[in-house]
Formats: sequence, structure tokens, C-alpha cells
Amino acid sequence: MFKRLLIANRGEIACRIMRTARRMGIETVAVYSDADRGALHVRTADRAVHIGPAAARESYLRIDAIVDAVVKSGADAVHPGYGFLAENAEFAAACGAVCTFVGPSADAIRAMGSKIEAKRIVAAAGAPVVPGYLGEQDPIMLASAAEEIGYPLLIKASAGGGGKGMRVVRSAREFANALAAARRESKAAFGDDAVLLEKYLSAPKHIEVQILADSHGRTLYLFERDCSVQRRHQKVIEEAPAPTLNAAQRVSMGEAAVKAAAAIGYEGAGTIEFITEAGQFYFMEMNTRLQVEHPVTEAILGLDLVEWQLRIASGEPLGFVQSDLTIRGHAVEARVYAENPRKKFLPSTGALPHVRFPDGVRIDAGVVSGGEVTMHYDPMIAKVIAHAATREEAIERLNAALGECEIAGVEHNVAFLRNVLRDEAFRSGVYDTGLIEARGDALIPAESPQMTIAAALILLDAQRTDSPWQRGDAFRVNLVHEQRLRMRRRTDPIVANVAHDGDGYRVTVDNRTFAVSGLSVVDRRVDAFIDGEPFRCSYVSDGDDLYVMRGGATEKFSLPTFDATSFAADALSDGRATAPMPGQIIALFVKAGDTVRRDQPILVLEAMKMEHTIVAPIDGTLERLALTVGDRVVEGTELFQIR
Amino acid sequence: MAVLASKIDANTAGFRANEAHHRKLSADLRELIAKVALGGDERSRARHVERGKFLPRERLERLIDPGSAFLETSQLAAHELYADVVPSAGIITGIGRVAGRECVIVVNDATVKGGTYYPMTVKKHLRAQEIALENHLPCIYMVDSGGAFLPMQEQVFPDKDHFGRIFYNQASMSARGIPQIALVMGSCTAGGAYVPAMCDESIIVRNQGTIFLGGPPLVKAATGEDVDAESLGGGDVHARISGVADHLAANDEHAIALAREIVAGSNVRYRDTVERQAGAAPAYPSEQLYGVLPRDTRTPYDVHEVIARLVDRSEFHEFKALYGETLVTGFAHIDGMPVAIVANNGILFSESALKGAHFIQLADRRGVPLVFLQNITGFMVGRKYENQGIAKDGAKMVTAVACAKVPKFTVVIGGSFGAGNYAMCGRAYGARMLWTWPNARISVMGGEQAAHVLATVRREGAAARGEAWPEAEQKTFMDGIRSTYDKQGHPFYASARLWDDGVIDPADTRRVLSLALSVACRAPDGDADTRFGIFRM
Repeated sequence: MFKRLLIANRGEIACRIMRTARRMGIETVAVYSDADRGALHVRTADRAVHIGPAAARESYLRIDAIVDAVVKSGADAVHPGYGFLAENAEFAAACGAVCTFVGPSADAIRAMGSKIEAKRIVAAAGAPVVPGYLGEQDPIMLASAAEEIGYPLLIKASAGGGGKGMRVVRSAREFANALAAARRESKAAFGDDAVLLEKYLSAPKHIEVQILADSHGRTLYLFERDCSVQRRHQKVIEEAPAPTLNAAQRVSMGEAAVKAAAAIGYEGAGTIEFITEAGQFYFMEMNTRLQVEHPVTEAILGLDLVEWQLRIASGEPLGFVQSDLTIRGHAVEARVYAENPRKKFLPSTGALPHVRFPDGVRIDAGVVSGGEVTMHYDPMIAKVIAHAATREEAIERLNAALGECEIAGVEHNVAFLRNVLRDEAFRSGVYDTGLIEARGDALIPAESPQMTIAAALILLDAQRTDSPWQRGDAFRVNLVHEQRLRMRRRTDPIVANVAHDGDGYRVTVDNRTFAVSGLSVVDRRVDAFIDGEPFRCSYVSDGDDLYVMRGGATEKFSLPTFDATSFAADALSDGRATAPMPGQIIALFVKAGDTVRRDQPILVLEAMKMEHTIVAPIDGTLERLALTVGDRVVEGTELFQIR
Repeated sequence: MAVLASKIDANTAGFRANEAHHRKLSADLRELIAKVALGGDERSRARHVERGKFLPRERLERLIDPGSAFLETSQLAAHELYADVVPSAGIITGIGRVAGRECVIVVNDATVKGGTYYPMTVKKHLRAQEIALENHLPCIYMVDSGGAFLPMQEQVFPDKDHFGRIFYNQASMSARGIPQIALVMGSCTAGGAYVPAMCDESIIVRNQGTIFLGGPPLVKAATGEDVDAESLGGGDVHARISGVADHLAANDEHAIALAREIVAGSNVRYRDTVERQAGAAPAYPSEQLYGVLPRDTRTPYDVHEVIARLVDRSEFHEFKALYGETLVTGFAHIDGMPVAIVANNGILFSESALKGAHFIQLADRRGVPLVFLQNITGFMVGRKYENQGIAKDGAKMVTAVACAKVPKFTVVIGGSFGAGNYAMCGRAYGARMLWTWPNARISVMGGEQAAHVLATVRREGAAARGEAWPEAEQKTFMDGIRSTYDKQGHPFYASARLWDDGVIDPADTRRVLSLALSVACRAPDGDADTRFGIFRM
């Protein structure tokens, strides 16, 4: 076994690999960029080597820097994790030259790296691939090929991409017209009208098979994972086993995967991805690395895939045979991302002042409280994996665990994930890769007025001091103690009207009024009854920002800052500029009639041996500018007027 | 310290009847205040908002710190005083917390007669400045006013405590290091122009605030010049050309943000003049005051029951408990601040007056603020008492009250009649603040006594002239006196004329006292005044 393992990766996967290595008595070496100096994976490792600036291109993707780190640290093996250089044949080769690369050979990576080549190899090995036609362009040949493939089918530009020249054809009647149109588009877009045909799967599932192959010729399948819950081809929730597969299908898919892997003499852990529809399955591609979602397989088999990767790489044979492997229970994984579901899932970056994950489920996280999600890398915060005897229980457990997650600092998708877990089609197991798109906004978490109420009351409570002037109760003489609390929900200004009503409150937010009683704000927790319903949430403050967390969801609030400088200078300028002192115009950058932006330099005035650049005070059109270079002006002379 | 033990049973019919009666009085008060707090009528409010301006209360709410208290004063000013309805005299005044500092805030209400100054508006404005001066509180003027109410100019313009006194006060306070800050959020015409001009720092809202000695109509009349308000004295004019204003704001919100910055940087510092401790609620809740107070002011009750519901933990260190028992004196804390309480528990006799004079000296010597709980029909009358020199003893107490320099606070919790009003620190005796409960009555004597006194005088006059005064006429005469006294003795009548700083709900008394004490129990802690040489401006 290895003595010292360098993990050529970061984030949760680096931490996860280190956990296994540590358990196996292997020293760990982290690599890190400038952006990751204080990152969890660096702190988790026994030693760490700096490999370059923040940009992945200049650090985690630099083969030479990582090979240097291997040499410098004296590591005898490199684990690539996933992503970055994990499927880079050159990297595998470069590592192989100085130590052991934990993964398949460079040739195997190369073979599976080309999608067309991979398909050819796999088809030749006897595994099913998506039926299609790539050949002579005679329309009659194409039409008969189409008949053979069956409808619906897809016409794609051979040279293409991005949907140009692509047509879904539902019946033979439509074929000729669709073909002509696809060719025209293809010609226009790529200068080549060659097309290929492929079977079109309208409601496919994405099911992948995990395999392990040792260097002694044994290749086993470790059953499948259903990764059909996807958003724009990004996996969101994965489960094992696949809920719609029967035992026979499971075996034939597993055996097909083994064939595909064996065909290229694969060694190590790998994944064969299939798309399936109506009981048929077709090879899509092979990932020659550990997958993000490998923990669900580990859960149902009670195996540590990283441990077996290391054992295989060090030459050990697999310690079990296919019949030793049985599925125990069901596992579901959710990927927690720093992204904003309400804003088209845009990645969200920033500091994480507070992160807390629940016990009782597996958490593969790359951050802790005080960490950050940087713009430089994948915005995944953690994976939450639940394992139980049945699928239903596993989903419930995952849902409950996500409900206890507390993540403050960045927008995240936990509430969205819980909505997916509650979806009826997902619950039934009969769902396809179009699930999230089909649901549209229904899965986007709604704003909770209760959380806004809690925020208003927490913010008021935080105002309290010993002074009778500031008890947070907005005391008024003979008037209702009512506070129109102006605050921000994320960046939106909103008003919460908080009226003190005896021991309770009447709070109006989003045009609805709620009665709040039994409020307690203690130890970063809020307990209350809102309209008679028990309400509970937690919160953390970070500077001016308040994060209210409930059921996995987080909302950010703040009080108005009363910042006078936040009012645009535009509002105060009359657009007219006068000479601040006597001097000479020595440069003019614009002419009358030009459109200018605020702070854009307009001219330079030399006065008292100093050059003063006069900038546009507002956006607008330069209405008057009667000066030329060399003109002398006295103090107060109008230089220009912008309207 | 001894804890006062209440002898009142809250489960009696009498208690509940009292409670219903006084809750009703407070509810009536709140209803009335809610109405005057709206300011002008709906139409003028709508017009105000249409112009992009915040309503006066919104300006105030946005200026003060979120969640903080506002100790509003003189809410009932001008109530039923003029032929016009002038809610709150068209001006909001009080103490509020801005950027962590207590300030006196004066907000003109342009929805009430264009924010013009009626006589009571002037009085209210001056009273707010007096509070600022006595407590060394920065002043923030949110100006939106057409100046003096011209039809009543003779009651507004010329006298010592008329319009001019506002600017006199600004100059005097500025000289004492009390910041004077103006936000010009509307008109500032004629005399009003001096409010921002006299300030240490002023802000004007562009396209909204105007400052000029004479508005466009007056200019036209005087010189024939045609000029619009904005070019005559708008924000750009004053911020860029005249220098009358120091900051130009884009809108009300911006102006308020600037004002908060100014206050935050004002560097006003204080040192405590009393030893503060952690406050604690009374052992008996203040709400029980409703049930403690008799329905009729003339019914005697033990004022210890009131004290027990106002002071921390109901702890009361009574002074001379066994002597002059009709005046209760002693030390306690309100919200952690020490107070010396002087409370009536019956008519004032010589002993009670002497005890009061002694205790007031004691409190003053110790620097403990005085709180007077006033419920007094007057000093004892009759040959025995006059012969004993009760006038002399009463004078001692009045002298002590007048001369005591510690902050004094008065709450009229029942009757306030005759010289008792003076001895118990009535308005004329310089209480930092004076409040009235809704059940209180205030007049030179009770209506009943007045009716009898006046009827006796008249009857004797008639008898001297040998005329008869029929019984029925006597009754009508006395009823008339009674009803006049009833009307004029009502706290709303008194408050409308600013004989107090406001009528308050008994249940709020502790909080109101705490707020007022907290700004009174400290002194400015600044460096000695800088004296500049003469600047050639």
C-alpha cells in the first residue's frame, strides 16, 4: 500500500478521499491555489503544497505544477478525484512517470475520451448503443435508415452543435421536409449539409452502472445509480438502486457495463452511463474516474470505493466476486449547491459565516463555517446522502436532513432540493430527465412571510439596549407602538409593519397580517406562534446581514443603512461644470453633442501648475461645450452643460 | 429596601368598576390622539404625498432609530382652541433617538393649514426648545411651513415668547454647544427662513424645499420681479449659490440620511449625574393603576398604592413615614434611576408642608431627581391653621420646590387645585416635564367650592343692597360655575393650552418617566467652550 497520497483536487472530494486514506494509514498531501489557502481540504491534509493562482487553469489544471508537488512532497500515489485533471490522459501518464496514478491507464482514458470512438468500441463489444446512422447522404438511403431506426428520431448536423440543424421527426411523413430544413440550416451554419440520424428518446432516464476492475482481470459491476433528476444536464439528485429497474434488467445492464469496461482493459473504478427508455438501455459514455454520486453505491453495498481504488492501484486483487455483492436498502443523494433557484440558478459566491449539517446522514462537505464559496471553482457546498431500508424511508430521511441544514452567506438550493424530494413523480420513481424542466416554477421555493416576520422581530430584538429609548418596542405616547420596519430581503427593500399588541405582535408583511405570540429570541433561535401555528427557526448575524434559516431554506435580511452616499450623485448635480479656478484648457476628450457617462473625463484644465481633469457629473448629452484647447478660463467660467 | 405591600384586592367589584372607568378614559384619550395624529384632512394629506413628500409622521419615523421610543409632547396642543381645527397645532414635537442619540425633534405638518404657526404652534415649538435646552439635546427641525398664521399675526409675531424667540433659542442653544440641525423639506418662508439660516448645519431637498424671506407673490408686489419659487430660493440656489443650506438632498429619504450622519458626528457627550442600576419591573403591574384609582377624584385613597405600581420592585425607602402623613416622601428607583418621590396623600397641613420642604432639600442636596405625584385639593384652611401660620409653612415648601436645581418631574394623578399646585411643582415651578392623567382636574379651586364661594359673594352683595336672590336663580348660577370649572378643569382643556407636556395613560407613566429621567440624569460633558478671535467674514 502507498505511504503518501497526493490528492490532485479540492473541496468535498479531496476531503472525502483524505478520510479514507487516513483510515488506511496513508499520509495525505493537499494541493491548493491562492484562493484555497484556508480551505478545509488544506486543513484536513497532513501536508499541503501550493500550486498557483486562483484560476483553475493556473493551478488545479496545471499538470506540471501538480507533478512538481508530487515530487516535492514525496508522494507515491496521486488520486485525481473528479473533474479538473481526472480524465486527462496526459496527466495520468505524467503522474505514472513519477508515482502511481490512482485510476485507469492513459490509454483507457483516451479510448473513452472520444465519444464516437467509445461508442464504436462498446458496440463492438456487444453492448447496446443508441441506434443511429452515420453514412451516405443520399436522401433515399437516409429515409430507409430512418425507417430502420424508427420514429421519433433526431436529425443532427454532422458538423454541428448548439441545436443548429437539429430536428426531431415524429413520423415518416415529416421526414423529407425535416431533412431538407436540417440540411439548409446545417449548410448555413457550418458550411456542410451532412447529417446523422439517431433514435430520439423523449422521456429517457439516466442510469449508470458502477464498475470495479482489478489488475488481475476481474471486472465486477456494483449495480446502478439513477441520476435522472437533472437540471440542464447537471445531476441534482441521485439514487441507488434505480427504482424502475427489475432484477433481469439490472443484471443485463451490469453485464453490458462489464463488457464495455473489459473491452478496453479497464482498471480501477469507472462508470458506464446509459440512457434508458421503455425497458431499453443504450450506452452513452464511460466516465473513467470516481463519480460525484459514488456515495449512494457505497451506502447500498457497504463498500468504500476510494479504498478499492487505492487497493487496485497498489496491485491488490478484488476481495470479492459478483455473487458476493447484494443491494442493501436504498440510498439517495442530494447535491447542495451555492446557486440561486429564484434567479435561474445563477451561482452564488461569498463567505459562509455559518454552515451546519445534521447528524444521522452522510455529509460530504468541502466547507465549514467561516469558509467560502469562490467564483473560481464549482459552487458545490456539500452532498447529503441518506440510506435506509426502503426508498421511501431514504427519501424521508434525506428530506428531513436537508430540513436541518443551516447554510448562511450564499444563496443555495436546499429548499429547491426538498421540493424535488416531495414531488409526486419523483416519489413514484417513474420520472425522467425532463422532470425539473416540466415542473418549471413549481419547484422554485416560495418566499415565506413567516421568515420575514421572524427577521423583523429578530432585527428589532437586536436593537434592544439597556436604554429606555431603545427597547425595540417602538414606544409611542398614546399611540399604537407600531414600527414600520424598513428592511431588505436579499437586496429588495420591503416593509414589515410591527405593531406591539400586549405581549404579542401584529406583523404585516407582503400585504398579509399575522398575529405573533409567545415570541422567544434566544441563542440564535426563534420560537413563536404565528397565527396560532408553532413556528421555529434559527438565525445568524454576519455584520449587517441577518440570515434566517428554517427547514433548510435561508433568507437574508438587513436593516436600511441610512447611507447618504447611496443616493446617486446624479440626483444632485445640475449637469453644469464651471472652472474651479483660473487656468488653461490643455486637453478636450469629447465634443458638443456627444453622449457621456458620469465620471467620464471631459477636459483637462491646467491651473496653478496642476492638471485638473474635469469629469462629467452626470450621464447625458453634452449640450454646451464652447471651448477649444488653449482657451484660458477664469474661475466660474462655464465649461460645459450636460442634459 | 422595603417593599410596598399593596392592600388592594384586585378581585373586588369596586376594583373592577374603577378599572373599567379608567380604561375607558385611557381609551378615549387614545382615540382622540389617534385622530389628531393623522394631521390634516384626507385631501391635504393626499396632496402632500402626491408631491413626493413623506407625511410628517413618516419623516419622523424614518429619522429615528428602528424600534426606538418617541416621547411625543403636547399632542393635544390647540385642541378645540380655535375656530379652525388645528390638530396638534400643526407641529409634531418630542424626544426621539437618532443614530443612538436622543434629540428634540420638531416636525412641521404642512397638511395642517400649510404648517403655519398659530399662537399655540409657537408655544409648542418654544416648549420643545426649552426641553432641548434643559436636557442639552440636539435639535432637529424638519421644516415645511408657510410661517406665521397671518390672520393671528398679533398673537404670534411681536411678544417675548412669540415667533422671534424660536431663533433666539437657536442661537442660545448653539452657543451652549447644543447642535441645531434643519431639514428644509418644504416651504421656509419669511420668519421661517431663519430656522435653517440659524442652524449649525442645514439640509435642503431639491425641487421641494424653499427658503426665502419673501415668496414670489411678495417679490412681485414689492419690486415687480417675476420669479418662480425654485429660482428664488430652491435647493440648488441655496446649496450652490447662497450657501444658506449646507447639504443638498435628492429627496426626503436622502435628507434624513444626511441628518442622521450629522447627528452621528455631532460628538455630543454626557456624563451621568446619578448612579444607574439595572431596572426591574414593579412587584405590582402598572396596569393595576386603573383599578387602584377611585372613579371620583374626591374619594381619598392611599397613594402608596400608586407608588408601588411605578417604582422598581415596588421598593420604597420612605422618609418621615410617621410625620405629616398627608404627604408621602421617599426614595425609589425607576428603571434603575434613583428618584425622590413627593406624593400627596390628603390635604396639606403645616407638618406635611415642612416635611415636603425638608425632603426636597434633601433630594436636591443628594442630586436625586424629584418626582411629584400631584393629587391635591390644597392647603388646610380655617382659623386654627391660619393662626398656626400654614401660609408660612406652605411658602417654605414652595420655596424649596422653586429653588431645587435637580431635575423635577410632575405627574398630575388626580386633583390639582390652588396653592397645592404650586407646592407640588406645578407648571410654573420649572418641572423638566409635567404630565397629566386623564382623570385629573386642574383649577384654582374645585368647581363645587368655586360655585359656593361665588354664590356667597353674590348673595351677600344682593343682601347688602336689600335685594332678594331667588333660590332657582342661585341654582342656575351655581350650575353655570360648576360646568365652566368642569370644562376648564379637564385635562384636555389644560393640555390644549400647554399647561402640561401631555396627557398620558397611567399605565405608561413608568415608561414615560424612565424616558424623561434618562435624558435628565446626565450633564453635558464637553470641553470648555472655544473662544475664537473675530473672523473677518
